Amino acid sequence: MTEKLRWLDNFDNVKKIVKVFTVLCVALFAVDFFYHRHVERDWESWPGFYAIYGFIACVVLVLVAKEMRKIVMRKEDYYDE
Amino acid sequence: MSSPILPALIFFLGAVAVGMLRGRAQSAVALLIPLLGGANLLFNVDHGAYWQLGLFDYTLTLMRVDKLSLLFGYLFHLAAFIGVVYALHVRDTTQQVSALLYAGGALGAVFAGDLITLFVFWEILAVTSVFLIWARRTARAQAAGMRYLLVQIASGVILLAGALMYLHQTGSVAFEQMQLDGPGTWLIFLAFGIKCAFPLLHNWVTDAYPEATPTGAVFLSAFTTKVAVYAFARSFPGTEWLIYIGVAMAAFPIFYAVIENDLRRVLCYSMINQVGFMVVGIGLGTELALNGAVSHAFNDVIFKGLLFMSMGAVLHMTGKMNGSELGGLYKTMPITTVLCIVGAASISAFPLFSGFVSKAMVMAAALEEGYDWVWLVLLFASAGVFHHAGIKIPFFAFFAHDSGIRAKDPPLNMLIAMFIAAAICIFNGSYPWILYSLLPWPVDYAPYTWTHVITQTQLLFFSALAFIFLKLTHLYPPELPSTNIDAEWAYRRLLPRVVNGMVAMFAPLDRAMRGLTLARLERIVERLYRHHGPEGIMARTWPTGSTALWVAILLAVYLLLSYV
Repeated sequence: MTEKLRWLDNFDNVKKIVKVFTVLCVALFAVDFFYHRHVERDWESWPGFYAIYGFIACVVLVLVAKEMRKIVMRKEDYYDE
Repeated sequence: MSSPILPALIFFLGAVAVGMLRGRAQSAVALLIPLLGGANLLFNVDHGAYWQLGLFDYTLTLMRVDKLSLLFGYLFHLAAFIGVVYALHVRDTTQQVSALLYAGGALGAVFAGDLITLFVFWEILAVTSVFLIWARRTARAQAAGMRYLLVQIASGVILLAGALMYLHQTGSVAFEQMQLDGPGTWLIFLAFGIKCAFPLLHNWVTDAYPEATPTGAVFLSAFTTKVAVYAFARSFPGTEWLIYIGVAMAAFPIFYAVIENDLRRVLCYSMINQVGFMVVGIGLGTELALNGAVSHAFNDVIFKGLLFMSMGAVLHMTGKMNGSELGGLYKTMPITTVLCIVGAASISAFPLFSGFVSKAMVMAAALEEGYDWVWLVLLFASAGVFHHAGIKIPFFAFFAHDSGIRAKDPPLNMLIAMFIAAAICIFNGSYPWILYSLLPWPVDYAPYTWTHVITQTQLLFFSALAFIFLKLTHLYPPELPSTNIDAEWAYRRLLPRVVNGMVAMFAPLDRAMRGLTLARLERIVERLYRHHGPEGIMARTWPTGSTALWVAILLAVYLLLSYV
């Protein structure tokens, strides 16, 4: 029995999603230049502060976690022995 | 208005009935209990103190009703109802009964007006909930349940010790605001901290919850840690220590969440992360911060419950829970996928979803109070939570590479329970005013400003962009079958090793010492025998004459000496 291929199974479509999403991100970034932000602190009003912070935070998070594996990762049944 | 029924009592009596019934009648009663209890709270309860009993010279208050206890009361009824619906298909009376007793224990704890009552329900929480873990009936669940029980009971014992010292110090057992100014309150603080999963004391969550049954984990995720949050909000608002502890809780678990393979354990780490936000709010102690903390507790129970339910559905239908073994399930579990994404959007605090209207209050309060670096860490944790709970959970379960598993959506009752939770997530997120009206302090906060909506959307979109970037560049760490060692290593590996090492080290010494002592004893016995035994010098019979001779000698010596 062959299963019908889903729209997402085609990697070109995944690429399309990524492209659309990237355009949305660029647009969101651009919004910063066109509205007045009500802020508590100066840095919050820097254009792109939240966007850049979010991006860097996640990259740092993942890369640090990946390095952590070298120290903390053990076999699946580590505690069962 | 008649006097209110004790909320816990409804659940305890209901649990007895459920234990005696079977089949449809059992399900009907189980469903009725949270509904009856909810009606009792909604229509039959005024602020005040009820069910007061005298014990020696002290007054115990079994039911203290104010806005704070009522909020958690409503929440726990809601959570219990959703949990019961979710577990309707389960034909295991042990689980049904213990879940209801457990919910009753949680209600008893939040309505407790004194520390002794709190202690009793604190321990009821421990001993009833462990059956939801043991009911998995695996060796791992057995062992994890035992470790869980030990930690929970220890927390209760510490609470009792603290309460008694506090009583000695102040002459009162009232469960009210306290200062960290004596050993009693410090012990109470520690007891709350254990149940709240403070850093280094947190591993009972990540150890036990993933071993629970699919339905059991849903109940577990709702009650224990939130009772602790309530207890802190009641007793230690504005305690600065909580800010630092909360920041640590919000930050460190997300690293573990990224590399954890068991998706329910990922949710456990993310639960600690969310409780961290609440703990920071309680530590800040302003009205805005405290409102943020307790409203976030409310939302967290629902969206974390939804995420646990969606993962429970996957586990129930596939028997698997590891990210490395799952993937592609959206094809055959589309409804679960959508409902899971609602939970993921809520925990990530997307606009229109529940996390958005509560977490932001804590963050705004941190800035207002001048804790800029706390705010920056919380913003990091906000991006991180989207990354590991918002994206990772749905992605690795339902998308990612196709695992070839073709499991169907779960039974209808599970879907209905998830649907109720999802509806509450969207409702609270889109129309927060009812939730806000239930909060203990007046709310002067507007979540839907352009600034908040845009900045939060930017934060989340660019976090997602980072995920895509890391995925496409293959920098993203793959899901691997593994165990990541955490603080629990100290008592699961180090302690046994130390104990065994001590035994190994001291065994020869011990043996030598014992050998030496034995030899010594033997010699003493031998000597005693030689002198006092039947042949011994001291056992000889002496003739009378020889005694007379000895006396004569003695007298002669005496005479001689007197001349000298």
